[in-house]
Amino acid sequence: MSAWETVIGLEIHMQLATVSKIFSGAATAYGAEPNTQASLIDLGYPGVLPVLNAEAVRMACKFGLAVNASIASRSVFARKNYFYPDLPKGYQISQYELPIVSRGELLILDDDGREKRVGITRAHLEEDAGKSLHAGSDEFSRIDLNRAGTPLLEIVSDPDLRSPKEAVAYMRKIHTLVRYLGISDGNMQEGSFRCDANVSIRRRGQQTLGTRTELKNLNSFRFVEKAINFEIERQREVLEDGNTVVQETRLYDADLDETRAMRTKEEANDYRYFPDPDLLPVEIDEAFIRSVRDSLPELPDAKRQRFVAQYDIRQADAEILTMSRATADYFEAVAAGTDARLAANWVLGDLSAALNRDGLEIEQSRIPPEQLAGLLERIADKTISGKIAKDVFEGMWAGEGSASEIIEARGLRQITDSSAIEAVVDAVIAAHSGQVAEYRAGKDKLIGFFVGQVMKDTRGKANPAEVNRILKERLKG
Amino acid sequence: MSLTQDQVRRIALLARLKLEESEFDDVVDKLSRIVDFVDQLQAAPTEGVVPMAHPLDQAQRLRPDAVTEQIDRDAIQVNAPAVKDGFYLVPKVLG
Amino acid sequence: MSEEAGALHVRTVAELARGVREGEFTASELTEALLERIRGLNEDLNAFITVTAEQALAVATAADRARNSGSAPPLNGVPIVHKDLFCTSGVLTTCGSRMLANFVPPYDATVVQRLTNAGAVTLGKTNMDEFAMGSSNETSWFGPVANPWDTSRSPGGSSGGSAAAVAARLVPAATGTDTGGSIRQPAALTGTVGLKPTYGRVSRHGMVAFASSLDQAGVITRSAEDAAMLLGVIAGFDERDSTCLDRPVPDYVAGLRRPLKGLKIGIVRQHFDEGLDPQCASRIRAALDVLRDEGASLREVDLPNLALSVPTYYVVAPAECSSNMSRFDGVRFGYRADSPEDLLDLYCRSRGEGFGAEVRRRILTGTYVLSAGYYDAYYLKAQKVRQLINQDFRNAFGDVDVIAGPTAPTTAFALGEKTDDPITMYLNDIYTIGANLAGLPAISLPCGFAGKLPVGLHLVGPHFAEERILNVAHQYQLLTDWHRACPEGFA
Repeated sequence: MSAWETVIGLEIHMQLATVSKIFSGAATAYGAEPNTQASLIDLGYPGVLPVLNAEAVRMACKFGLAVNASIASRSVFARKNYFYPDLPKGYQISQYELPIVSRGELLILDDDGREKRVGITRAHLEEDAGKSLHAGSDEFSRIDLNRAGTPLLEIVSDPDLRSPKEAVAYMRKIHTLVRYLGISDGNMQEGSFRCDANVSIRRRGQQTLGTRTELKNLNSFRFVEKAINFEIERQREVLEDGNTVVQETRLYDADLDETRAMRTKEEANDYRYFPDPDLLPVEIDEAFIRSVRDSLPELPDAKRQRFVAQYDIRQADAEILTMSRATADYFEAVAAGTDARLAANWVLGDLSAALNRDGLEIEQSRIPPEQLAGLLERIADKTISGKIAKDVFEGMWAGEGSASEIIEARGLRQITDSSAIEAVVDAVIAAHSGQVAEYRAGKDKLIGFFVGQVMKDTRGKANPAEVNRILKERLKG
Repeated sequence: MSLTQDQVRRIALLARLKLEESEFDDVVDKLSRIVDFVDQLQAAPTEGVVPMAHPLDQAQRLRPDAVTEQIDRDAIQVNAPAVKDGFYLVPKVLG
Repeated sequence: MSEEAGALHVRTVAELARGVREGEFTASELTEALLERIRGLNEDLNAFITVTAEQALAVATAADRARNSGSAPPLNGVPIVHKDLFCTSGVLTTCGSRMLANFVPPYDATVVQRLTNAGAVTLGKTNMDEFAMGSSNETSWFGPVANPWDTSRSPGGSSGGSAAAVAARLVPAATGTDTGGSIRQPAALTGTVGLKPTYGRVSRHGMVAFASSLDQAGVITRSAEDAAMLLGVIAGFDERDSTCLDRPVPDYVAGLRRPLKGLKIGIVRQHFDEGLDPQCASRIRAALDVLRDEGASLREVDLPNLALSVPTYYVVAPAECSSNMSRFDGVRFGYRADSPEDLLDLYCRSRGEGFGAEVRRRILTGTYVLSAGYYDAYYLKAQKVRQLINQDFRNAFGDVDVIAGPTAPTTAFALGEKTDDPITMYLNDIYTIGANLAGLPAISLPCGFAGKLPVGLHLVGPHFAEERILNVAHQYQLLTDWHRACPEGFA
C-alpha cells in the first residue's frame, strides 16, 4: 500500500454532561420514557424561545483550554435548516462561521511510536436531535424527542491522521481527555460519544487531497479502525480500476464489516445557515477564561509524566494508571500510604483482576485505597509475604475486614524468627536425607523442594527470604 | 430578475411546500416580482458596513444548569395529530 | 383627561379601571356589557376568532371578589382581547391560519400572563392576517376583518381584528404585534392608538414568531394614556426570552405630563412625496402645527436610505420567517394532511394545505434569499442596508427628539383592492418599517379625517424612548378630540 497515502479527519459529536438541555430546562438523563423529557422548547412549539445553558459554555471552554485552542471572545449561534422528523424545529441550532473554540491540537503516538501533533480545526456547540425508531412497524416510524436539545460539542480534526491506528489513537485520547475534564461520560453505547470519519487516499507525494467519503455509525474504537481499513481498501480498488471515488456518506455495517452508501434519494442539502435571531452573540472575557482555566484538573499527559518522575514507575504502567482520573486518583491514594511501585503492581495486577472479574469500575472497588495501602504495608514490614497477601486481599475483597484484622483473625503472621525457622529447617532436612544428598551432590534445583516443605510445615507463614538463607546454610553441610 | 420554473420547484422542495400545478405559474410570477423588487438593494453602498443581525447591542445571557421543567407529556400530546405509546408517528422512513 | 361619565363601551382603560375600583359598576357588569356588544356587532366586522365568554365571566367574578376584599391589582376587571398570535393556555390559538385551526397551547404568553396578573379580563382572541403576514387582514383563514369606519374597507393588518375591536368600542384595549407596522398601520386606518415598543422592551415568549429580529408585542387602545398604562404592565425582563432586555421599566403614566415646550420634532423630507395621499398629508401637517403651537420646534431630517427599507424588510423578514415556519410540519401539532404517502408527502401537503398563499410566498422568498449562492447578495446585503438605516436614524436623533410623519400612505382601502399585487400591499408599510428594522419605539395616533376615514400621525423615538413618544401623543390628545371620534353604528 505504500504507493498510496491515507488521509483521515475525524468529527466527534460528544454529549456534554450537563443536567439540563442546552436551550431548555428539561433533564438530559438517559433512558426516560419517550417524550417525557421533551419540553415545549425541545419540541419546537410555537412561541417558545431558547435560553443558553451556562455550563455548556463552560464545558466547551474547558475543552478548548485543554487542547491549547483559541476561545472566541465572541461566538454566534446559527440555524442549520433541514427537514427530518427527529429535528422538531426544522432547523438545528449550531455554530457556523464563529465557533466557540478553534485551532487546537493534541499529541498522539503515530504507528512508529513517535509523537505526532494532530490539529483540531474547531469545536462548536450545538443541540442534539431526537431519535427515530424505524423497527416495529411497516407503516410508521416512531419519534422520541427526549434527546432533542441535549448539548453537543462537535470536535473537528484537521485531516492530519494517516492511518486507522492513528485515528483510533486520536479518538482514544479525546475520549480520555473529556472524561478527565468531566465534560462527557464518553458512553459510546448510549450515544454520548459519536464519531464520523472523513477518509480519502492519494498517491504518495501528491499534494492535493483525493475525494473523500464520510463514514458514519462508528460507535466503538474497534469499528472505527475496521471501517476505515475497509474503506481504504475499497477506495484503492476503485482508483486502481481507473474509476473515481464518489463523494458520499457511507454507513459502516459491523456484521458484514463493510461500508455502504446511504440510500438517500434527497437532493444534497442546502442548509441555508444564518445567525439565529433568537440568540445573541456569546461573549467570553478574560475573567471567565481564567476561572475555567483555574478549574481544570491535571491533564492526562501531565499526570503521566509526573507519575513517572514522582513515583519512579515505568512509562507503560503510568500510561495505564492515568487512563482514567479515577484510576489515577486511586493509585495516588494508595501510594500515599506505601511504596509507589508496590502500589502500582497491585493496582494494575490483583485489584484490576478483581474489578474485571466482578464487572466493577474502580470507583466501586470493594477495597478503598487506604486499606489497600494498609495491606501493602504489611508486606513491606514483613508481617506477611507477598503470597499470603494475595489471600488476605481476597478476604478484604469479600468484606472480612482490614488487612491487620484478617491477618490476626486467621493467624497469618509471617514467621521471621530465625530460631523458629531453623527448627523447621532442621526437621525437614532430617526427614529428607535422600534429597539432601542429591542436593549436596549438585542438584541445585532441589532447593525449591526444600523451600516447599518448609512452607508446608509452616502453613506458608515462614518468611521466604529467611527460609532460603537458613536452608542454604544448613544444606551446605 | 425572473425566477425560472426549475428554481421555484427546487425552492419549494427545500421548503417542503407542495404547489398545485394550477397555481404554479402565478407563484413563479409573484415570486419573480418580489425578487425584482428586492434587487434594488444591489445598488446600495454597503462597502465596509457591518451586517446588523440584531437591534440590540448585547451579549447572550447564560442560564444556570438546572432541571426546571416538569413535563406533562399527555397534556402536550393532546395537540399531536398522530401518537402511540408516547411516540410521535410519521410515515415509515427508509434508508 | 376627561372625567365625564359615558356609556361603558366608550370609556378608556383608565376610566374603566377607576369605575371598577370605585364601585360605580362591577367587573361582571362591565364584562357582560361588552360581551353583549360583541354578540351584536362582531358579525359585521369578523374581528374575533374566539370569544371566551364563560372564562371571561369567571375571571370578572373573581375580579369583583378581589375588588371587595380591598386587594386588587391595577387593571382589575378591565376587559381586554389578545391578537390570536399570543398563546393562551387552554384557549384556541390559531394565528389566523388553517395550520393551527385546532391548536390549544398548554401555556400563556408572557404578555397575556402579565395582563391577567394585573387583573385584566380576556374576552377573546382577535382575527389577524395569517401568521402576522399582511397589511389588510385579508389573508386570515377565518375571513377578512372589516373596518368599522366603512365595512367595505380593510382595517389594515396584521392586527386588523384587534384594531377593529377597539375602534368599534367592543373592547377598550387589545394586544397586537408589530413586525413591519402591524400595530401602527391598522391603528391609523381605524382611528385608534397603536404602540410598538423598542425591540427587547417586551417579552416575545408565547408570541408565535414571524420574523424574530423584527417582531415586537404592543397594544392598541383609544388613548395614549391607556397605552402607557398597559405598557407599564407588559414591559420588562423575562428570563424566557434571550432577546428581552433587563432594563428598568419607568412609570410611563407619570411621564405623560411633560410639556411639549422645547421638543424638537424631525420631519422626514422623503416622506412627503407623491406616494402620500394629499388629504392625509394635509392632516399630518395640521397635526404638526398643533404641536408647534404648543412650543415644539420642527426641523427637517434626512433618512437617505428610507426608500430601501421596504426591500430590506422583504428580504430579512421572509428569511427569518421561512426558518420559523419550518416547525409546522404536521408531526407534533397543527394541521396534518390526510393519508400521506410518505414523509415527503406528509411535509409538503401538510404545509402546502395548511398555509395560505401569502405565507407560502414569504416562505419561498425567504428560502430563496438564504439559499446557496444567494445568501451574500440578498440576506447579508439586506442586513448591511439595515445597518445603514439604523445609522440614518441615529444621525437624525442627534438633532431631534422624535420623528413625526404619516403612518400610512393612504386611508383605509377597499377589501380586495390590493390583493393582486404583493408589492403594492408591501408598500403600505413604507413609513412604519424603518422603526422595526432599527428596533425603535413608535406610535400611531389619530389626527383627523380624510373624507370619512381616519388618518394616523406616526411618531418614532430613539431606543427606549417610549416615555417620550407617549408623552407627545398624550399632550396632543389633551389638545384634540380625534381619538374620541366613534365610527357610525358603533357609538
